Amino acid sequence: MATHKGFSIRGIGARTIDSVLRLGYATRFIARTIASSGTSLKRPRLVIRELYFTGVLSLIIILVSGLFVGMVLGYQGYYTLQTYGSESALGVLVALSLVRELGPVMAALLFASRAGSAMTAEIGLMKATEQLSAMEMMAVDPIARVVAPRFWAGFISMPLLAAMFSAMGVFGGYLVGVVQIGVDDGSFWSQMQSAVDFHKDIMNGVIKSVVFGFAVTWISLFEGYDAPPTAEGVSGATTRTVVTSSLAILALDFLLTAFMFGGV
Amino acid sequence: MPDKNIIEIKDVSYAYGTRPILTGINMAIPRGSTVAIMGISGSGKTTLLRLIAGVMKAKQGEVWVDGERVNDLDQAGIFRMRRRLGMMFQFGALFTDLSVFDNVAFQMREHTDLSEPMIRDLVLMKLHAVGLRGAHQLMPSELSGGMSRRVALARAIALDPALMLYDEPFTGLDPIAMGTITNLIKELNAALGATSIVVTHDVQEALDVVDYVYYLSDGKMVAHGTPEVIRNSTDPLVRQFVYGEFDGPVAYQYPAKQLADDMRLPGGAAH
Repeated sequence: MATHKGFSIRGIGARTIDSVLRLGYATRFIARTIASSGTSLKRPRLVIRELYFTGVLSLIIILVSGLFVGMVLGYQGYYTLQTYGSESALGVLVALSLVRELGPVMAALLFASRAGSAMTAEIGLMKATEQLSAMEMMAVDPIARVVAPRFWAGFISMPLLAAMFSAMGVFGGYLVGVVQIGVDDGSFWSQMQSAVDFHKDIMNGVIKSVVFGFAVTWISLFEGYDAPPTAEGVSGATTRTVVTSSLAILALDFLLTAFMFGGV
Repeated sequence: MPDKNIIEIKDVSYAYGTRPILTGINMAIPRGSTVAIMGISGSGKTTLLRLIAGVMKAKQGEVWVDGERVNDLDQAGIFRMRRRLGMMFQFGALFTDLSVFDNVAFQMREHTDLSEPMIRDLVLMKLHAVGLRGAHQLMPSELSGGMSRRVALARAIALDPALMLYDEPFTGLDPIAMGTITNLIKELNAALGATSIVVTHDVQEALDVVDYVYYLSDGKMVAHGTPEVIRNSTDPLVRQFVYGEFDGPVAYQYPAKQLADDMRLPGGAAH
């Protein structure tokens, strides 16, 4: 293991090697997790339990944030659109912003800080208190019993949470735009209906949220499993989960957007 | 007829990189006995326990557990072997998201097809054996240190193991809880007909329970014998450990420069 750190050329080399090693380790970890998913399939209750902790318990923060983001979009969108006399397009603006971008990205960021950090802390503490070793001593593979159900729960709940975020946001935009400001009800909905394309907009948003769900869950589980078994180790890993996940979400969002909408 | 010895360790050495942890260890543990592996922190006793449990594999020598050569086993083989083995961890290592009942039921649900009513009866019997049947609904966070250790014991014996491993079972317990655990180890060993290995540095408790003691120092087996032999040993290493003398072959002073040098006194080599 490389130990010479600093700003020397040697230090840069050592850090590069460390990062590559860690990436390789993380890749083997996720491959092993997916390969050990048999238990989760045979005993769906394990996944359902985790779905409750990662998905259901994240609902409040997702729904409330979605509502606020949608209401802000209502104000900002109306303010911009009215200068061009096209307030009736408010519904389109709100829906497209949410479905294509804000829904998947904001929901993933919230998911990383609410559910991702909890997963890292939980697994890190299980490791620090020898619960994972105890499980191995009882001839039960912790990757199959503890990690894989959490992975699938995160993978499944992320797109659903993003969809609920977007739905709530559209409702928030409606509340501000139509109910409060008084944009025409009919044109708000009908323009939205004709402008939002199922494949181009909604499916692309879903693909984004699936990718983010994979990335956030992977990072959270790996950081927890790899955390040094001490109090500082677990707290450091939890912080890294939120930081790395957020950066990964935004970087992946740029790449995906470039692929999906860049070539048009 | 199975072999007389449940564990045989033949000339085992182990090293982390170039740092040797264990050198030339030989042990034979007969079925039904209770054995202590003692030594100060860092003497290699936990490593020895891990070699027996198959967490790590010996690089030299052979480890035989219940007629199987652990060196040859793959992951599936190790898991198969571990079903006949119970381990109690230093601080219990109970699953914090499961109740006391579910902790004890864990292995039964993972490894057997027993019906829930059957599991319920078994779990309550195991908990009764450690005096905690009334606590089955509690969560691990509601238990005291001694109670956690007893639940961990009930969980370890859930599938009636042939071999019990105890990793520092007495650490951090009050005298009453210590006495309880000591008694339980004795009683359960007799009731299960199991073999027990206790890794510990709590000398007096261990000498009361066990039939035989192996004493490790710096990864080498420096003494072994019955508790009587160990108590009366004249080996300075063993004496220092058994009677807790603060200075001896294990030095009180961490290796340092000459005192006069560190204090920058005249007469030190620096002047």
